[in-house]
Amino acid sequence: MKKLLTATAAVALTAGSAFAGGHAKEVKLGVLIGFTGPIESLAPAMADGAEMAMAEVTDSGKLLDAAKVTPLRADTGCIDNGLSTANGEKLLADGANGIIGGDCSGVTGAILQNVAIPNGMVMISPSATSPGLSTMEDNGLFFRTAPSDAREGQVMAEILQNRDIDSIALTYTNNDYGKGLADAIQSSFEAVGGEVTIVTAHEDGKGDYSAEVAALASAGGDILVVAGYLDQGGLGIIQGALDTGAFDTFGLPGGMIGDSLPANVGSDLDGSFGQIAGSDSEGAEIYAKMAADAGFDGTSAYSPESYDAAALFLLAMQAAGSMDPAEYGAKILDVANAPGEKINPGELGKALEILANGGDIDYEGATGVELIGPGESAGSYREIEVKDGKNATVAFH
Amino acid sequence: MDFLNALVALSNFVLIPGIAYGSQLALGALGVTLIYGILRFSNFAHGDTMAFGTMVTILFTWWFQSLGINAGPLPTALLALPFGILATMALVVATDRAVFKFYRQQKAKPVVFVMVSLGVMFMMNGLVRFIIGPGDQRFSDGERFIIKARTFKQMTGLDEGLAIKTSQGITVVTAIIVVAVLFWFLNKTRTGKSMRAYSDNEDLALLSGINPERVVIYTWLIVALLATVAGTLYGLDKSFKPFTYFQLLLPIFAAAIVGGLGSPLGAIAGGFVIAMSEVIITYAWKKVAQYLLPESMEPDGLVQLLSTDYKFAVSFAILIVVLLFKPTGIFKGKAV
Repeated sequence: MKKLLTATAAVALTAGSAFAGGHAKEVKLGVLIGFTGPIESLAPAMADGAEMAMAEVTDSGKLLDAAKVTPLRADTGCIDNGLSTANGEKLLADGANGIIGGDCSGVTGAILQNVAIPNGMVMISPSATSPGLSTMEDNGLFFRTAPSDAREGQVMAEILQNRDIDSIALTYTNNDYGKGLADAIQSSFEAVGGEVTIVTAHEDGKGDYSAEVAALASAGGDILVVAGYLDQGGLGIIQGALDTGAFDTFGLPGGMIGDSLPANVGSDLDGSFGQIAGSDSEGAEIYAKMAADAGFDGTSAYSPESYDAAALFLLAMQAAGSMDPAEYGAKILDVANAPGEKINPGELGKALEILANGGDIDYEGATGVELIGPGESAGSYREIEVKDGKNATVAFH
Repeated sequence: MDFLNALVALSNFVLIPGIAYGSQLALGALGVTLIYGILRFSNFAHGDTMAFGTMVTILFTWWFQSLGINAGPLPTALLALPFGILATMALVVATDRAVFKFYRQQKAKPVVFVMVSLGVMFMMNGLVRFIIGPGDQRFSDGERFIIKARTFKQMTGLDEGLAIKTSQGITVVTAIIVVAVLFWFLNKTRTGKSMRAYSDNEDLALLSGINPERVVIYTWLIVALLATVAGTLYGLDKSFKPFTYFQLLLPIFAAAIVGGLGSPLGAIAGGFVIAMSEVIITYAWKKVAQYLLPESMEPDGLVQLLSTDYKFAVSFAILIVVLLFKPTGIFKGKAV
C-alpha cells in the first residue's frame, strides 16, 4: 500500500511539473471566492472583474506564446474553512497556475496554510483584509490587492475625528476579519483621543440581536460602528438599533458598504457613513467604464481589486517568462511597483508587450496598486455617505 | 421621573424584544412538543417546516401586493397566512404518508425516527432554497411601528424612548390567540381529548376505539399551523432567511426541553425563559443604574454580568441545570 502511494505521488509530481513546463498554450487561474455565504452579493462582480482581465489578456494574444487564460471558479463560502481548503485542492488538481482568493480573511489564512504553502502555489487575495495576514509566514507566496485593516482603522479614526464624533459604540462580527478590524478601529480612535464605550461581538446568521442591541444602547455613544457583513448580522444589528431608537447614525467599514444595505434598511440609514478601499485614480474611472461596457457594476466592493489581482498574475508570468509559481512569484512586486511605465486598466496588452521586450512596468490598475511590506496594498479609501438611500462617495483618503 | 426613565429603558431594550422573541420561540416549541408527546420523537425538521410555511406565505404576500390587495395598517402577510398554513399542512401530511408512516408501521425506535426527521429536514431545506433561494427576503409592509421611540419621547417628555413594532404587537396577540384556541381544542373537543389520551397511553387509547391514524393526521395539521404562524411572525419581526430558520431549531428545542418535552404549557414557559435569559443576563445595566442610583454611586463600567458573546451559553446552561435537577423539565413532561 505504502509503495503504491509513493508511486502515485511520484507520478503526480512528474505529471505536475511536466504540466507547468510544457503546456504553455493555456494559463489557468483559480477564482476562489465566496459565491455563497456572507458576502455572496459581492462575489459575482469580483469574479467578473477578474475574468475581464483574463479575457483582455487572452484577446491581446501577447502572453507567453499567445496563451489562452481560463478562469476556474470555486467557492469558499466566505467562512467555511473546510469547503475552501477542499476547493483550493481541487483547483490545484485541475491544474491552476495561480489562485485569486480567498475572499474573507479566515478562509484565506486556511487556504494559505493548507493548500498554497504545502504546494508552493501563489495566492493574490482581492479582499482579505485582516492585519493578521501581514505577519503570517507565507514563504513569499501570498499577496493582496486589498489593504490591511490596520490601515482602515486609521482612516476610520480620521473620518470620525473630521466629523467631530467623540465616542462610539463598537460591534464586530465574530471572526478574524471582524476582530482584527475592531481592534484596529479601537486603537486608532483612542490614539486620537476618542472614546470607545463598548466593544462587543455578534454572531452571523443568528435569529435575534436584541441582547446585543440592548448592551450597545446601554453603553451609549455618538454613533454605532458596525464592523460586520451587510448581508448578515451587521444588517440585523442596524435594524434592531434603529427600531429601538438606540442609535440614529452608523459607522460602516468596508464589509458593510454595498447597495443592498441602504435598499434593505431604507431612508433611516441616510446620514450614516463609512469607508471602503478604493481610490480616485484615473484607473478607477476607466475600470468602472470598462465594467459598465461588459455589463456589470465595477464600483461594487472589491471588484477592481479582483481585476488587479488577475492582472498581476498574468503580468508577473510574462515578466518571468514562466507560469511556474516558483518563478513568477518573485516578479509580482516588480511589476506592481515603480520604476517603469504606468499601466492603467485596459492597457494589459501594452504592458505585456513592454515586458516581452525586456522593459519595466509599474502596474497602477483599477486601484492605484502599490504593494508594500510583505506584499499588500498600501491602501487608499473612499469615504462613503448614505444619501437619499444610495451610497455616495464624498471624499478620498 | 428617573424611575420612569429607567423603567422605559428596560422595557424598550429588554422586556418588549424579549416578550416578542419568547412568543415566537413558544409557538415553535409547542409544535416540537406536540410531535414529541403524540408521535414520540424529536422532529428536527421543525425549523425547516417553519421555513417552508413562511416561504409559501411570502409568495402569496408578494402576489397579493402585486394585485394591490393589502390589510391597511397591518402586514399583507396576515392575509396570506391561511394559504401558507394550507400548503404546509399538505406538505407535512404528504411527508407523513410517504416517510413517517412506514417507520410507524415498522414500530421503529424513537432514535430511528429522529434520524429520519433529520433526512426530512435536509429535503425541506433544499426545497425551500430551491424555490425562494438562500438570500434574505423582506415581506413586511403596512405600518412599521405602533409607537416610535422619537414620538414616545415627544409625547411623554422622558429622556428614554419606547418603540413597539407592529410585528411585535401582532406576534404577542397572535400567540395568545393561538395558544388559547389550542388549549381549548386539546381540553374540550373530542379530537383533542383523543389526542391527549393517545399521548398518555397508546394501548389504552387503542382499546377504547381511538383511531391512531386520525390522531396522527390531526397532530400534523396542528403542527403545520403552529409552525407556519411561528415562522411568519418571526419573519415579519426580523427577516426571512432559510439558514436562520434552520438555526432556530436550537433555541426552540432548548425551550421545549426546559419546559418539559410533551407538555404544551411547558413549551410556552420554556420559550419565555430562554428568550428572557438571553437578553436579561447579558444586558448592560449601566443606563438603568444611572437613573436609579444617586449620582455618587453611579457605575463607571457597563454593569454587565456576561458579555453578549455568551448569550447562547446562558440558554444551554439553564438547559443543563434543569436537566440535572429536574430531568422532565419545569412542567413535568415525558422523561427524555
